[in-house]
Amino acid sequence: MITLLQVELIKLFRRPRTWVIIAMLLALPTLVAVLLAITGIAPGPGEGPPFLSAVLSDGTLFPLAALGVVLPLFLPIAVAVLGGDAIAGEAQAGTLRYLLIRPVGRAQLLVAKLVTVVVFVVVAVAVVAAVTALEGRLLLGQAPPGAGVIGLSGQSLDPQELAWRTALALAYVVVCMLGVAAVAVFFSTVTGSSVGAALATIGVLIASTVLLGLDAAAALHPYLPTRYWLAFVDLFREPILWRDVVRGFQVQLGYLVVFGLAAWASFGTKDVVD
Amino acid sequence: MIRTRGLTKQYGAVRAVDGVGLDVREGDVYGFLGANGSGKTTTVRMLLGLVLPTSGAMEVLGSSMPAARAQVLPRVGALVEGPGAHAHLSGRTNLDLLDRAGRDRLATGARAERITEVLAEVGLDPADRRPVRTYSLGMRQRLGLAAALLRRPALLVLDEPTNGLDPQGIGEIRDLLLRLNAAGTTVFLSSHLLAEVEQLCTRVGVIDRGRLVLQEPLEGLLTPPGVVAVSTPETGRAASLLGRRVLGAEPGRLLVESWDPAALNAELVGAGVPVTAFGPWRRELEQVVREATAVRRDPVLPDPPEDAAPAGTREYLSTRP
Repeated sequence: MITLLQVELIKLFRRPRTWVIIAMLLALPTLVAVLLAITGIAPGPGEGPPFLSAVLSDGTLFPLAALGVVLPLFLPIAVAVLGGDAIAGEAQAGTLRYLLIRPVGRAQLLVAKLVTVVVFVVVAVAVVAAVTALEGRLLLGQAPPGAGVIGLSGQSLDPQELAWRTALALAYVVVCMLGVAAVAVFFSTVTGSSVGAALATIGVLIASTVLLGLDAAAALHPYLPTRYWLAFVDLFREPILWRDVVRGFQVQLGYLVVFGLAAWASFGTKDVVD
Repeated sequence: MIRTRGLTKQYGAVRAVDGVGLDVREGDVYGFLGANGSGKTTTVRMLLGLVLPTSGAMEVLGSSMPAARAQVLPRVGALVEGPGAHAHLSGRTNLDLLDRAGRDRLATGARAERITEVLAEVGLDPADRRPVRTYSLGMRQRLGLAAALLRRPALLVLDEPTNGLDPQGIGEIRDLLLRLNAAGTTVFLSSHLLAEVEQLCTRVGVIDRGRLVLQEPLEGLLTPPGVVAVSTPETGRAASLLGRRVLGAEPGRLLVESWDPAALNAELVGAGVPVTAFGPWRRELEQVVREATAVRRDPVLPDPPEDAAPAGTREYLSTRP
């Protein structure tokens, strides 16, 4: 299992596409940082993506603002593309049948593929956070020493406090992508086309977003995959507001289990004819 | 090595494979023949556990498939419907990752050595570090073969292995397969290239619209024992002399049942029939396959030529064990 995972990771990270996706994830926050630095016009407090109004006064918050920019759209699309490629991509390349007769167990392969997508999210989030931290520091500057960072509830956070809350927020962003990854891998076992699987996944996320804006669907809201995505801002309140973060975690776990099992049910006995 | 009983695959209303009973023995180079869409590839996929049969039983290397795939498949090398490789990785890396993906992977050093060996065997060594993206169809095919050979399998299951190769490449692969077979590898070769099968195989099975219509040693099919081809300008006179022993007739040639060719020759010459050529009857595999499949496709046999004896070669083949 460990070596199968290694093999999958080698395949992922030796593929140019993976790095193109990460570069694209970086492109938008970088553009935002440059525009903010040049114009000095930030969205007003409470408007626009979270933290963006605060970054002009303190560039240290820029990684969080960047994730707020990337999370609602770009990161899920990346996960949908990679997850959708998991099985269908191997089928299209003609490599799936050779993996299965190697033999590699079908359940093992699914787990390895899912873990690989999660590792990608971890790497992508880490790269985005690291690069945007640098950009924030260089382009937007730091608050005067001793002033501390102002949290969302108006309290000041010392650098240590800020560091671990940021780490927690990054971890939560990874968790938010678990459900998307499972949905994408599931679709990837159903169709022979990786683009089809990615589009189906994006369709689910768009539907979720639309329903969130619809009061008539209020009963469904707590179960929608995108419902708690931006709850990581609650980690910067005083005291931390855990409720939505915990619910978000539960929802993602639910999607992971349900769609993971669905993927297994669909792939476990599937006739591989690609 | 491969035995199946009543192997059947139903897709909706279509029986892609219908009650196939394969019997591939150790040391065979078995030619599995069939037109496109005859159920050939579906059968191969079932043997490898990729497609689950609707009914029937399969034994590969003595164990029941697909239940024992974890034990059976490491000893089987296969090329199914064309090679598959990651285009952005080199041929060598593709083989390396494929070996590492399995539980029974080789140790790192041994793996590199073995990969070098198989790449040389299939003639791909000069291109081993180039990305597969830059490979020609023939080179990809060679890489697929290298992947099949990597584990030194006891059984090779190859579907159209020479697809995309030039005549020289086809010759190289044929020699390679014969060499492996001589060293003890059983080869199951699925193909629609009759010439390829004729040159390589010891036994053939013919599948037609899902049914196995023929399964016999190749030599006996091409040169049926007890049939002598007699060439004579006077076929009519010879036919009336030999009566029911004549199995078939062509212009200027009779096919005669005879287990003692010397006596037959003496009889003909004694009766004053001019014999211009005399010898065992040999036919093309194409003819064998066409007849085996035509029996089902076209139940009305064409009228035999005028001077032919009542029994046709077709009936001869279908009534003899």
